[in-house]
Amino acid sequence: MELLRFFTAGNVDDGKSTLIGRLLFDSNSISTDIIETLTRQSKATGNDADIDLALLTDGLRAEREQGITIDVAYKYFTTEKRKFIIADTPGHSQYTRNMFTGASNTDLAIILVDARNGITDQTKRHSIISSILGIPHILVCINKMDLVNYDENVYNQIQEDYLKFSKELNLKNVSFIPTSALTGENVVTNSENLAWYKGASLFEFLEQVEIPHEEENQDSRFQVQYVIRPQTEDLHDYRGYAGSVLSGTFKKGQEVQIFPLESKTTISKIEQNGKEIIEASAGESIIIHLEHDLDVSRGSTIVPLNQQIESEKNLEATICWMDNKAFQAGQKLILQQNSFRTKAIVKEIDSKIDIHNFSEIESDGTIQLNEFCKIQLKTAENISFDSYKKNRKTGAFILINENTNNTVAAGIIN
Amino acid sequence: MDYLDQLEAEAIYILREVAGQFDRPALLFSGGKDSICLVHLALKAFRPGKFPFPLVHVDTGHNFQEALDYRDLLAKQLDEKLIVRYVEDTIKAKNLQDGKGKFPSRNGLQTYTLLDVIEEFEFDACIGGARRDEEKARAKERIFSVRDEFGQWDPKKQRPEIWNIYNGKIDKGENVRVFPISNWTELDVWNYIKRENIVLPSIYFTHERECILTENGQLMNTNKFVELDENDVIVTKNVRYRTVGDMTCTSAVESEAYTVDDIISEIKETKISERGATRMDDRVSEAAMEDRKKGGYF
Ligand SMILES: Nc1nc2c(ncn2[C@@H]2O[C@H](COP(=O)(O)OP(=O)(O)OP(=O)(O)O)[C@@H](O)[C@H]2O)c(=O)[nH]1
Ligand SMILES: [Mg+2]
Repeated sequence: MELLRFFTAGNVDDGKSTLIGRLLFDSNSISTDIIETLTRQSKATGNDADIDLALLTDGLRAEREQGITIDVAYKYFTTEKRKFIIADTPGHSQYTRNMFTGASNTDLAIILVDARNGITDQTKRHSIISSILGIPHILVCINKMDLVNYDENVYNQIQEDYLKFSKELNLKNVSFIPTSALTGENVVTNSENLAWYKGASLFEFLEQVEIPHEEENQDSRFQVQYVIRPQTEDLHDYRGYAGSVLSGTFKKGQEVQIFPLESKTTISKIEQNGKEIIEASAGESIIIHLEHDLDVSRGSTIVPLNQQIESEKNLEATICWMDNKAFQAGQKLILQQNSFRTKAIVKEIDSKIDIHNFSEIESDGTIQLNEFCKIQLKTAENISFDSYKKNRKTGAFILINENTNNTVAAGIIN
Repeated sequence: MDYLDQLEAEAIYILREVAGQFDRPALLFSGGKDSICLVHLALKAFRPGKFPFPLVHVDTGHNFQEALDYRDLLAKQLDEKLIVRYVEDTIKAKNLQDGKGKFPSRNGLQTYTLLDVIEEFEFDACIGGARRDEEKARAKERIFSVRDEFGQWDPKKQRPEIWNIYNGKIDKGENVRVFPISNWTELDVWNYIKRENIVLPSIYFTHERECILTENGQLMNTNKFVELDENDVIVTKNVRYRTVGDMTCTSAVESEAYTVDDIISEIKETKISERGATRMDDRVSEAAMEDRKKGGYF
């Protein structure tokens, strides 16, 4: 069985949480005791409907009180074909960083649009974020069709507007579905009212959409998370490098290069779950043994000798600032790329990205919460990386404030 | 990769991040199926080395004997360090009020013992088997969940957690709760137990047990902490436990499941959630879990 991770995005009140609630409800994925609780809560919040399905994911007291989503909620459901991991993200622009969190490692974005309002700033913002994150599939749900008399023209117009606006974004695989999350039309079951729409319901779409496994075909990358050294009598010389294959494949006997050392050696053994294996591919957690005794430690990157990886101290990146406190020049930061950490400073802010039309505007030297900027970074040690476009695993990093320990930015390497 | 392979790889990755990022981590072991899976995953993550953390159990004094026996045997078989601290001792030392009422719960009290043991050993990371599908507040929590000096969770101050990059940097005195199987559901856990042939305490399988049938239809086992009165309806049924918590606040479910396969079909059929079927404590308020987490609970 396959695993598909997706998230919902769109403006406040476009119906993201309701849609997820509906999807789970109509696919019989919600237990009766939870439904009872939701029904009780719905009455308490004075909702007209018998049951407010958004309450299923709005799990915090503040969210229920304010009727909005503040932080990501993770929900799960399984069909005969697939297991789904859903991140229901907030639509409020103030919580963009939480939306970014939910979106970051998914295969599919569901972007909701309120049929009455059409494309909004948030639709654009979330589409741009999906583009920056390289989300493989975009599904635009034109929702609340019940409030526009299920009018096909409204749907067509929004579809046209969206395609026009998103032309510049290099979005991969864009699809459209008209829905009503409130009534459930086209969510799990098809609808009489939307008979003019011949495509799949949301549920069918989710079961059919192709799951990309990009990292399997990319250049091979492995990063050491932890060095296993039992130092017992019978395992005196055992030294295994535990980590996960970030992309590509590794084989026993393969000649490799270790970064940032740039020293060469050979893989003498690969272990997984106590057994020796010949080959390991993307996503697998393994232990690698090397022929030579080198200074390999947490954060070291292993790459086949016949493949290239960048290794240097200067980076060009696009970052999303996530701290309440604006960026301050000279601020000491720690860059973390998977398990690799090094100190870093921002050398230059090249430009700011206008989140409404994806154009670059001149930087005024500041970076505020939820802003996107192109910057130049300098790291203390060499970092081994690929551009994010080439490899989502080695091209991504976070920035940590050295004083507060907070994650203050997410970055992708250009 | 199959979805179970992916979930497994994610959990192993997280466990190794804990080992790589922290000086004094601990694995909170309860004897329940989720923490048993965690131990199994730790074997995959660290063997032939030793675990880079001890197993820590907060013994409420209300635990099922089967779970305690399992715990001791497992630690011995694996030759890993086990630390046990007792809620009973905390109650005495701090002069706390023990649980009251018909089913005297120590669920709230165990937070004190947990915070004490964290302080005693200066643990900077505590690995737990909580899953996001268990409860709506848990569904909101990060995999690396940073707690302040008082162990408190502040849902408004969660760090962004982007891609699979986990930021476990903290100041002295703070600690991080880490949940490697966050993305697993109850069914995933059972499918994994089946695939890996993981042995579980016997109370997960059907057995005959004397229970009190409560007003809201729950089956609470009779034990020395629960005083019977004449109005109690006592029944003897074939039951099993879906979660193994305290005897005083975990109820049994009627079941004829003898094997893991039976359990899997039972869970696929059931219309009641794990917590709904088995826990008395969360029915009290809509935000019970959120409030307890804010107070330092797991
Ligand atoms: N008529 C109608 N109302 C809908 C539909 N979908 C959602 N709603 C209503 O729109 C309101 C907002 O829905 P939510 O699901 O909370 O919106 P959201 O997008 O999750 O909002 P945030 O998470 O706060 O950004 C609720 O009152 C829903 O009942 C729909 O298809 N038709
Ligand atoms: Mg919402």
